[in-house]
Amino acid sequence: MNTILFIIQKEFKQIFRNKGMLPIIFVLPIIQLVILSNAATFEIKNIKFSYIDNDKTSFSRELIQKFDASTYFNVLTDFPSNKLATAAMLNGEVDVILEIPENFERNLVKEQTTDLSVIINAIDGAAAGVENVYINQIIKDFNKNAQTTLVQPSNQINKPVNITSIPSFWYNETLNYKTFMVPGILVLLVTMITLFLSGMNIVREKEIGTLEQINVTPIKKHQFIIGKLFPFWIIGFGLLTIGLIIAKLLFNVPIVGSIFLLYSFTSIYLLVILGIGFFISNFTDTQQQAMFISWFFTVIFILMSGLFTPIESMPVWAQYITEFNPIKYFVEVMRMVMLKGSTFTDIIPQFTKTLAYAIIMNGLAVISYKKST
Amino acid sequence: MKEDTVIIVDNLTKMFGDFTAVNNISFEVKKGEIFGFLGANGAGKTTAMKMLIGISNPTSGNAQVAGFDVYKNPNDIKKNIGYMSQKFALYDDLTVKENITFFGGIYGLTRKKIEEKRCQLVEELGLQEIVNELVGSLPLGWKQKISFSVALLHNPKIVFLDEPTGGVDPITRRQFWEMIYKTAHEGTTIFVTTHYMDEAEYCDRVSIMVNGKIEALNTPKKLKEQFKVENMNEVFLKLARG
Repeated sequence: MNTILFIIQKEFKQIFRNKGMLPIIFVLPIIQLVILSNAATFEIKNIKFSYIDNDKTSFSRELIQKFDASTYFNVLTDFPSNKLATAAMLNGEVDVILEIPENFERNLVKEQTTDLSVIINAIDGAAAGVENVYINQIIKDFNKNAQTTLVQPSNQINKPVNITSIPSFWYNETLNYKTFMVPGILVLLVTMITLFLSGMNIVREKEIGTLEQINVTPIKKHQFIIGKLFPFWIIGFGLLTIGLIIAKLLFNVPIVGSIFLLYSFTSIYLLVILGIGFFISNFTDTQQQAMFISWFFTVIFILMSGLFTPIESMPVWAQYITEFNPIKYFVEVMRMVMLKGSTFTDIIPQFTKTLAYAIIMNGLAVISYKKST
Repeated sequence: MKEDTVIIVDNLTKMFGDFTAVNNISFEVKKGEIFGFLGANGAGKTTAMKMLIGISNPTSGNAQVAGFDVYKNPNDIKKNIGYMSQKFALYDDLTVKENITFFGGIYGLTRKKIEEKRCQLVEELGLQEIVNELVGSLPLGWKQKISFSVALLHNPKIVFLDEPTGGVDPITRRQFWEMIYKTAHEGTTIFVTTHYMDEAEYCDRVSIMVNGKIEALNTPKKLKEQFKVENMNEVFLKLARG
């Protein structure tokens, strides 16, 4: 126990003496949280919208007016011909082209039906999907008005029944993406900083030769590993705390659930990450190698965590892979506890899996750490 | 094991794949002896030493260090030896005092004992001025002396020095060897590798390794007689050149 304290004391001294490292540990994550939380949005705004109005009637103008009024669309120009509009699309000047056919108004009045042609730039498929929904929303809205004005005078009995769904979004009523993203990004920074720091720290001792010096001492493996990882465990909590404060003060993210539960889960989760960091350092000889491997896993873990893309929409085999992704569980728990107020019983699956992961990773780290070669 | 024999090496071999770094070496080292372990770069000195200090597993053969078997009780060996590598593995970003505290601590010394040791070291080496300086800012000579003292903190029976005096001026080397003599005189066995043949002359006995084998082992005086030369340098050249 005493030996461990000596190591911890030494580690903290080194961390806080390293003038280059302190900003990395505490300032960069804050910048990351502030920038990413604002930038990583699923909302699509400023869609470059253009139209070809072949009808030029009050109806067609009214429809365009609706797009103009929407905050999502920037109505650019009307193109006189389909050809010019297509050219603009090819040049990337517009995202959406709405073509209003000739006799738009007449057909609507006479037959109460007409077609519109919409062209959407779908290089980014997800964005195109969202745009499509926005466009349909506006057209539906327009439809409703048109029907009321057109249909009502002609025939009272045939008045169409408008069925509108009124969605009610639970846990994030205003669909504020920041509420959704901030807990996730908090996960990222806690993970990245602790993983990189712990992995590189041990490899650094290999590089400068002090690890060899430690290996000739009678120190026990577990003493060394605990002493080495404990400071980063504490730093992980520090990061979480800073992140939660920013989330609350700056982004006004609700923290509905128990803070204690959040910290308890984090304590186990950090063990997983530190175990992985130590494990990686056992198989690498330079900080560069450790950095590359850590980075490789981090990217996969992040992209498959459900943070940016929902896991439900992944192919089944990919969903199985995500079962081995510790970040996934942490993202889930963060969102559940912070936004939904989940209790311990709700997160038992994530809790047990993470605990098992922690035991396995640290077990592997201890086994693979060899004092002699 | 005889009372006064602290290292027994018997047909020790280390292979890396097909390459035999250490080839069937055997020797003994007595208590309080200064044992010089010589050889050209790549001759296998450091590899042999690493097997004795328990950070490299031998491929075959036997060895006992401080009365313990390298296979069965590496941790007991580690409690009884000190080691100073070519890199003087102190922490550059810690002060002299913090380094002493840390290494004392992981050898299991109590804080009180460390304090005592530190005061003693400061006194003996005249560290008053630099005890709170970062090790990284100290001249090489100081690093070596402190490194050596740190290796002796836990009163080891044997101390292994791997090219301890590389890159320093003759005066500092001289001072360093005075420290070695003093330590040996107090009963600690010194196992030292070096490239300086004048240092080889200071050793009680010297072994010379060539291509993983020990080609000669005797006192410097007898070696010179054996090879009919004036100094150790020529002994070394004769052997190393084959």
